[in-house]
Amino acid sequence: MDGPSPIVEMRGISVTFPGVKALDDVSFRLFPGEVHSLMGENGAGKSTLIKALTGVYAIDAGTILIEGRERRLHSTADAQAAGISTVYQEVNLCPNLTIGENVMLGHEVRGRFGIDWRATHRAATEALARLGLADLDPRRPLASVSLAIQQLVAISRAMVVNAKVLILDEPTSSLDAAEVAQLFSVIRRLREQGVAILFVSHFLDQVFAISDRITVLRNGRFEGEYLRRDLDRATLIAKMIGKDLEALRALGSHRHTSAQDRTTGPLLRASGLGRKGSIEPTDIELYPGEVVGFAGLLGSGRTELARLLYGADRPDSGQVEVDGAVVHLNTPVDGLDHGIAYSTENRRDEGIVGDLTVRENVILAVQARRGWARPLSRREQDEIVRRYITALNIRPADPEALIKNLSGGNQQKVLLGRWLATHPRLLLLDEPTRGIDVGAKAEIQAEVSRLADDGVAVVFISSEIEEVVRLSERIVVLKDHHKIGEIVNGPDVTADQIVEVIARHDSGVETQLGAEEVSAGVTVEKESA
Amino acid sequence: MSTLSTEPAARPAWLDRLGHAWRTRRAALPTLAAVIIFIGMVIYGEAVYGRILQYNTISNLFVNNAHLIIIAVGMTFVILMGGIDLSVGAVIAFSSVAGVMLVNAGWNPWLVMVLMVAMGGGFGALSGVLIQYSRVQPFIATLATMFLARGLASMLSTVPERLPEDSPVRLVHYNIKLIDGPRVNDLIVTPGVIIAALVVAGAVFTLHRTQFGRTIYAIGGSEQSAQLMGLRVARTKAWAYVISGSLAGLAAVVYTSRLGAAQNITGIGWELDAIAATVIGGTLLTGGAGYVLGSVVGALVLGLMTVLITRDGSIPPEATTIITGGILLVFVLLQRAVVGRKRA
Amino acid sequence: MNGVRAWLRGLVRRQYFWGIVAILLLLGLNLIKDPTYLAIRTNPATGNLAGNLLDILRASAPILMISIGMALVIATGGIDLSVGSLMAVAGAVCMEFLNPITDASSVGAMFAAVGLALLLAGVLGAVNGVLVTVVGLQPFISTLVMMLAGRGVAKVITSGQNTTAVNEPFRWIANGYLVRFPVVFLIAVAVVVLVALVVRRSALGLMIEAIGINRAASRMSGIKPRGIIISVYVMSGMLAGIAGIFAVSSVMTVDVSRTGYQLELDAILAVVIGGTSLAGGKFSFGGTVVGSLLIATLDKTVVFLGVSAAATPAFKAAVIIVLCLLQSDVRALIRRHLPGAARRGPAGGGPASAAGRDREVPANQEGPANQEVTATRQREVTV
Repeated sequence: MDGPSPIVEMRGISVTFPGVKALDDVSFRLFPGEVHSLMGENGAGKSTLIKALTGVYAIDAGTILIEGRERRLHSTADAQAAGISTVYQEVNLCPNLTIGENVMLGHEVRGRFGIDWRATHRAATEALARLGLADLDPRRPLASVSLAIQQLVAISRAMVVNAKVLILDEPTSSLDAAEVAQLFSVIRRLREQGVAILFVSHFLDQVFAISDRITVLRNGRFEGEYLRRDLDRATLIAKMIGKDLEALRALGSHRHTSAQDRTTGPLLRASGLGRKGSIEPTDIELYPGEVVGFAGLLGSGRTELARLLYGADRPDSGQVEVDGAVVHLNTPVDGLDHGIAYSTENRRDEGIVGDLTVRENVILAVQARRGWARPLSRREQDEIVRRYITALNIRPADPEALIKNLSGGNQQKVLLGRWLATHPRLLLLDEPTRGIDVGAKAEIQAEVSRLADDGVAVVFISSEIEEVVRLSERIVVLKDHHKIGEIVNGPDVTADQIVEVIARHDSGVETQLGAEEVSAGVTVEKESA
Repeated sequence: MSTLSTEPAARPAWLDRLGHAWRTRRAALPTLAAVIIFIGMVIYGEAVYGRILQYNTISNLFVNNAHLIIIAVGMTFVILMGGIDLSVGAVIAFSSVAGVMLVNAGWNPWLVMVLMVAMGGGFGALSGVLIQYSRVQPFIATLATMFLARGLASMLSTVPERLPEDSPVRLVHYNIKLIDGPRVNDLIVTPGVIIAALVVAGAVFTLHRTQFGRTIYAIGGSEQSAQLMGLRVARTKAWAYVISGSLAGLAAVVYTSRLGAAQNITGIGWELDAIAATVIGGTLLTGGAGYVLGSVVGALVLGLMTVLITRDGSIPPEATTIITGGILLVFVLLQRAVVGRKRA
Repeated sequence: MNGVRAWLRGLVRRQYFWGIVAILLLLGLNLIKDPTYLAIRTNPATGNLAGNLLDILRASAPILMISIGMALVIATGGIDLSVGSLMAVAGAVCMEFLNPITDASSVGAMFAAVGLALLLAGVLGAVNGVLVTVVGLQPFISTLVMMLAGRGVAKVITSGQNTTAVNEPFRWIANGYLVRFPVVFLIAVAVVVLVALVVRRSALGLMIEAIGINRAASRMSGIKPRGIIISVYVMSGMLAGIAGIFAVSSVMTVDVSRTGYQLELDAILAVVIGGTSLAGGKFSFGGTVVGSLLIATLDKTVVFLGVSAAATPAFKAAVIIVLCLLQSDVRALIRRHLPGAARRGPAGGGPASAAGRDREVPANQEGPANQEVTATRQREVTV
């Protein structure tokens, strides 16, 4: 596996955006005939590194060597010409064209009267055969086959354009187990043919199943390159979140398991709540004044579950009860009507209304609930905005500033103000501290604690496991679209335990509970076969 | 692990072939529907009004709609890409008025005819540049071009400009008798119709046998994917609008030669007819699927509809725009329903 | 003095400032040809004011109506190409209704005609709104169909005739005077003020802008886009109806082919001059008013200077093209062709592509699960 020199070598790569250093002196190597996985949490720089390699981003510093020669990649065409092909999560083919045409698009076989379709489809079949898909009819429209097959078509297209490096960006997010197995057999075939494969995925088990080599990035920096056989899951997770296991053991919970008022029953109870393709049917109970953390890696289903609890998405299964009465949470309006608020993780696309002022952004949800005919008076608006500018320390403290001109942290605080202004009984916070500075982080965390003390039920989602441990009374652990366990927090619970739960939980494998976990009240849901 | 499903019982071969045809040729279904509609209209017309299925009616159908067929072909290119061209009617107006004035001023008529096509291409280029390089939405860009062309045409002249009786331009409308039937019932074809046929043939070849044509389909399917697959999206988009404009210029030649005159109010509403013809013919308004031959059928459907309405006499002529608009709406809604269901 | 200077500075920064400058320039041109252009005379017989300026104000009335409606529709991210045709529909309804009525002084008949016209125009506007929101058609295609079908409806109502009618109260709308001012302009101002009050004093304006700027975020905040968008199209329809009433009342004839013809161009131009982006979002009533006055001034100036009136549509189209180019951030265009630094700067393509309705290559290729974008990083332009 550790064959000749690497086919791709990136040395000292730095990429800077206004205000953010996305990659800082990162190195990376790809060897032919090897599957190399790139791992890292949100903001780690995986996506940026890949875009630098595929010519989408220009690098500020460092060199890229392809087959030993230094190359400057200014465009996707450059990257393709250098033999690097990418297959993205959303496949990026043309669904209205046939399979054969998609494979050969741009390289069709020409005859005397233009494109010779028979020869083109024959060439397509040959390309597909290289992946073991010889019996796929190239004349079928692409849209008529499953996403898994479409992905394989995209891969064979990459081979047609003679890729020496194949980048697979989150290829398995929408595949079931059988489709993943098929994809992996294709990957292994290509590996035997000498292709260098860069496999990007957050599914730990899959990474361990297919990779020969793993590189970890964290916060834009290079954490390390390891051979898979030298690495175990727990160590990998620890490297990704930046603490070694010892340090994680030292981080205990700051919230004491106070006597929860469970006499009145849960504020919200969900049974079998699920949505196809995003989260499996899940049961969960939320109590007033309790902070519940959703812990899990990227893509585990945390956001999807929270969205269902608000009504941002319509569930396919299950039911929700609020105060004991069945409710239907199908739209955000439903959520707001029941005193639920959800702060999105996707500030830019679903959060801020860029060209409106801070004041308008803060009162937006309150105003929406009142309807268009009952506008808030200017005085009421000022009162609300002033309250949250002060409470959350929003800077600049100017209600008339356009929100798009604020820093990420302050934008997040404005959005938090929007939801707090609706006086919710259940507040779902999805990555509220992502991408913001340390000071703002602390302020938001303090606010979360204060809310719970006031009797608000809070769900706190964060990829930083130690943050979740520090703030929550109860921790719901999610992995691969399932809820795999709940941990009642206490002074003995540490972040590394959660990491172990995630690492050890495997499809069809029961997780053994250690004695301390049992005493700490850890429960683990069995994976149904 | 899930259990493997049992093998289905052996199916008759013809069922398999039908299934294969269904899977691979499903995109042609709407066009087939258009053909059926056309045939249905012919049968209905013949049964109710008579004198439809005869040489002179059929000849007139093609001769009178040759210009519409040509702009429908141009519109097909643009709509396949997911765009739209609202300027074709106005471009025809400008091109024809300018052309006739040039002929009357003594310019070489053959040169003028070429210039008329080129002028159309010029407007198309303007639209293409606006859309592709300035990121303006196609309907706004071509709306602006439409007003520009119409305005320029009005600046040139607001009264009908007549072609001289002996002008070679009129040759495009020269009646060629193919079959001499009883009295006036002859099968006639004009160079205009032949031009239209050549345009259709050229378009079919371009769209199905050249990379340019396949790129158009690809852009209509997913512009982002086409870009990522290394196709030259920007160029193709701009050129498609040039083609649409040039074909409008060509349609101006055909139409002017038939009428023998040109006026600035020519072509009002023709963009709707071209869009309707394209949509009726089975091209998705959102792009990515459709056939040029379908648009030809769509143009004939509209032409035949006008004939039937005239024969009927009970529907006022002013209702034709409502009817065309209504038909267009119905087809767009149908497309929406079918596509919408698939996505869900 | 300081307050005045600050106010002036604020005025200059508003985008419609240049519209005001253009109006003054045009008036200046007219003054050159005839130094008495701006003179306001008093009609000795009636005591009413007369003069070129008043002609301009009178001509601006229908344009004001359709432009205000267009501004609201564009703010939600849509467009209404049918306003000209709806003017014809409203005019047709009025004339057909009033034509057989023998009592030429019936005020009741006038109100009935007006009511019917507005009702039909509103209904057709609602059809537009439903097609756009419920059915999900692109606004341009739904309103394009309505534009052509609407004119057909007008023709059907009058059976293709250019119906005339006699009714003094109705005629008074466009020809009468109140406190020595043309009534039509006063009505237009009243309507604009009313709409502006309703939209800005209620939360409607805020919601319309939020929907236009970021529909997903608006939805997540509990706004229901559907009802608001339909209402906006209904308003646009009814305002077009008022404009049609103005147009028809001035000559007491409806010209089913020419009434309102190509006026959607004027409406779009007025909105764009006023500073509202065609991509949707924040809109300006004041700017739209300035834009409408500019167009009226332009129309009158062209005639006054003896330039062929046929030239104005071409000129207006050219102005729209130039404004579109400017609005879609030509800076980004230039930057794209610079090496290196080009590809990581803040988003090119400005508002026109940001809305995503354009079938542009979206710069962001990250799937939802892979998002690493922080709020400060902008979208990327893929080369």
